[in-house]
Amino acid sequence: MERVRMVFSGSGGQGVITAAIILAEAAVIHEGLNATQSQAYGAAARGGATRSDVIISEGEINFPKVIQPNVLVCLTQQAYTTYYPILRPGGLLLCDTRYVTTERKADAWQVELPMYQSVMEQIGKPIVFNICMLGAVVALTDVVSRDSVMKILKERIPAGFVEINEKALNLGFDLGQAKKR
Amino acid sequence: MSQNIKFVQGNEACVAGALYAGLQFFAGYPITPSSEVAELLAARLPTQGGKFIQMEDELSSICAIIGASLTGHKVMTATSGPGFSLMQEALGYAIMAEIPCVIVNVQRGGPSTGIPTQVSQGDVMQARWGVHGDHSMVALTASNHQDVFLMTVEAFNIAETYRTPVVLLFDEVIGHMREKLVVPQEGEVQLVGRLHTSVKGGVDYHPYLPREDGRLPMSDFGGVHRYNVTGLYHDMWGFPSSDPKVVHGLIRHLVDKIENRANLLAHYKEYFLEDADRVLVSYGAPARSALHVVKNRRARGERLGLLELQTLWPFPTDIVREKCARAKAVVVVEMNMGQMLQEVKKAVEKPEQVFLANRIDGVFITPTDIQNILRLIQGKGV
Repeated sequence: MERVRMVFSGSGGQGVITAAIILAEAAVIHEGLNATQSQAYGAAARGGATRSDVIISEGEINFPKVIQPNVLVCLTQQAYTTYYPILRPGGLLLCDTRYVTTERKADAWQVELPMYQSVMEQIGKPIVFNICMLGAVVALTDVVSRDSVMKILKERIPAGFVEINEKALNLGFDLGQAKKR
Repeated sequence: MSQNIKFVQGNEACVAGALYAGLQFFAGYPITPSSEVAELLAARLPTQGGKFIQMEDELSSICAIIGASLTGHKVMTATSGPGFSLMQEALGYAIMAEIPCVIVNVQRGGPSTGIPTQVSQGDVMQARWGVHGDHSMVALTASNHQDVFLMTVEAFNIAETYRTPVVLLFDEVIGHMREKLVVPQEGEVQLVGRLHTSVKGGVDYHPYLPREDGRLPMSDFGGVHRYNVTGLYHDMWGFPSSDPKVVHGLIRHLVDKIENRANLLAHYKEYFLEDADRVLVSYGAPARSALHVVKNRRARGERLGLLELQTLWPFPTDIVREKCARAKAVVVVEMNMGQMLQEVKKAVEKPEQVFLANRIDGVFITPTDIQNILRLIQGKGV
């Protein structure tokens, strides 16, 4: 596989860092790949801009930060404005239609999905927005299988919440699958 | 897949290594970016029969582990720069009284409270010379989680073997980043246990009388022997002494037991050094950026190599001199203003050919930062 360099960005509390960790963990534990996950640390737990870098590769990963991502996920307008310029030309840009208004001008595979809206309509709990996003990323990139992510969710999440997370993962996966090229 | 494969932060790899090594007592005062060490041990240590105490500050933390070590337990504390500063006095006590203990310092930017959430390696010289008075010191580091685990185990082994404190000098990038860790099976990595005295209760025990091999067997404090422990110069009974022979003998012993074993204690890794005409010397997280550059330039036919130091103190002078002997240029890659640079300059034959690639703004040094220095010293500009 090609080395995948990903940046997940949004605002504190949206769960972008948790989603990044789950994806990277799925790659290492269930797919036999190497992965690193790091994040910009700030004092703000909620509301501040957050960013998490994930690299997934068959080979050894030395430098663990992402300078030019080939997958960029933006869940707020601020994140989009900040990180859109660093996307590698031809890379995947995934945004949520409720939070981000994109400018269609650059050399990127722009995918805009109503992830938040779908989660609210079909599940009704914004807490699984990040997992819906993860489902879309998995569908669009094939970087790990949906099963591997689901296994990590089952290991990490209290039993009572597995069902809505699975629903959110599948919801995002279907949204992503429909936009796959 | 094996359940021994984990995806963890470097701080958790350190915790896993400490538990593997047989850690029984941890006292600490959580501080970014080392807090996860205390947090995880608070949950795990009691379930394995150990004790975890959150102390009121860093002074009491290191004093608590020193006391616990004397009673026969493997001990550790974890902190960052501000806390490490507070620990210096008792660190010196542990050196003087020869008490095995492990002190983790996950470095952040300093001085003072500095920049808590950003990466730095500014405490390298503090680890060596933060304690007053002539002394020696053991400090280890690592650039990936497998090595964090192994160096943590090694820290306990060295502490027990030589009755000395050992500093684990990690950094924020390693502490917080997540990557794969394969936890070795029991018995796969050698462990050194406490060397107990064979002297029976009721018979005179000399706590500072070395065996023929130089090691000092210990007796659990509060057990069958009564003996004195002090930060003053002391004789073989542990009682204070100002006899010049005793003073001279003890300071020589404390320094020589470490410095005479510099090559034995030297852990390092080398990459592409056989034919390298330019050598990068690095340690901790920046060694990852350095290795990235080396692999990248090698693919283009450049004869670049990397010497990654894992033992920082005692400084592996002989090894650095030997590995850099054929290099036309040596570039030290570190996240401070050149603390190891000076040691490398002292070690090599041509110090004028040693250069610094560093970053001191809290941002993790990138391959481009290093490549720019390589271009500069070749007269190519940036």
